[in-house]
Amino acid sequence: MGREIEGTFIFDGGAAARGFALNAMCYSFNDAANRAAFLADEQGYCDRFGLTGEQREAVASRDVLAMLRAGGNIYYLAKLAGILGLSVQDLGAQQTGVTVEAFKQRLLDAGKSARHG
Amino acid sequence: MAEVLGGIFASHVPAIGGAIARGLQEDPYWAPFFQGFDAVRAWLGEARPDVAVVFYNDHGLNFFLDKMPTFAIGAAAEYTNADEGWGLPVIKPFAGDPALSWHLIEALVDAEFDITTCQSMLVDHALTIPIQLCWPDAVDWPVRIVPIAINTVQHPLPSPARCLALGRAVGRALARWDSDDRIVVFGTGGLSHQLEGPRAGFINSDYDRLCMDALAQDPDLLTRYTSLDIVELAGSQGVEILNWIAARGALGDATREICRNYHIPISNTAAASMVLEAKVAQPA
Repeated sequence: MGREIEGTFIFDGGAAARGFALNAMCYSFNDAANRAAFLADEQGYCDRFGLTGEQREAVASRDVLAMLRAGGNIYYLAKLAGILGLSVQDLGAQQTGVTVEAFKQRLLDAGKSARHG
Repeated sequence: MAEVLGGIFASHVPAIGGAIARGLQEDPYWAPFFQGFDAVRAWLGEARPDVAVVFYNDHGLNFFLDKMPTFAIGAAAEYTNADEGWGLPVIKPFAGDPALSWHLIEALVDAEFDITTCQSMLVDHALTIPIQLCWPDAVDWPVRIVPIAINTVQHPLPSPARCLALGRAVGRALARWDSDDRIVVFGTGGLSHQLEGPRAGFINSDYDRLCMDALAQDPDLLTRYTSLDIVELAGSQGVEILNWIAARGALGDATREICRNYHIPISNTAAASMVLEAKVAQPA
């Protein structure tokens, strides 16, 4: 506990406790009916799971870093991203502050440098 | 006695499942990854396994954070896949092998591993994708499975040393399994990748290569790292290498590397496949 790794959220006990409601809501999205219910009434669905104010705001603004700060776990948040039609490249671009094209290019460049390095 | 033939190590990025569903195996973006499985399938054609013991991690299909086992082993007669929320097609069910599962459970508890046992267990893309990659045309899956899930989601995670020891205990138990079964062991996930945070997109090919070399030649080398060291070196989700380390442990002391493929990127991930054949010790 307590180890800092640059640019990284360690999903430990503190985060798991803080993020429980948000992650529980995302876990519910395994069920298509729940995904439809979220899309039909996002506020009401967040109420059902008792999201904190910080979590609601993060979800409403589609702000992934804010969701992570509020205890979201990326494996669960990915299910919310799926509803919103966002890929992991979209999430990566948003979190690193670059365009999706630039984020994808960075990954391709990592491949090129690995082959030549 | 049963025979452990070798280990298959493969990434399990969900997008691979999407590419399979859309028939993109020959697409220029995907081909360098899919081509790695030609050699895997050639080896499997010779090996002809009946059973697959699969070390993988659940991504919030079967387990939620209300109950998060560090190590969980399936003991079901059948395992089903299900909707994971992002539109991957649901894969047909897998037959289990409850007798072998309970043999492993007895052996693991006897070896003082305090595992969770699951008579009902949904299996997610981390299990289904590597199996699909190995048997893309199977009408019925040619292997019965025993899934073993390792927590790579919520820290504290088990250490690489503990995962290697778990795998070794599974390997010893498989060697004592009184049957004619031909067994392969899977380790799925990785290699380096990070989905979240300002470091999203992080990849470390040097560390990935070190891991593949060590798995082939000297897996104990990987026990010098903690799981948080792996997060730092391979990214938050790069810790899925724990599944590979456990699978390697089940193969015994010596292995022969049959094939290896490593490609960046598949989605946000350094994607890889590898086969290590178990070398049975010859009597002196």
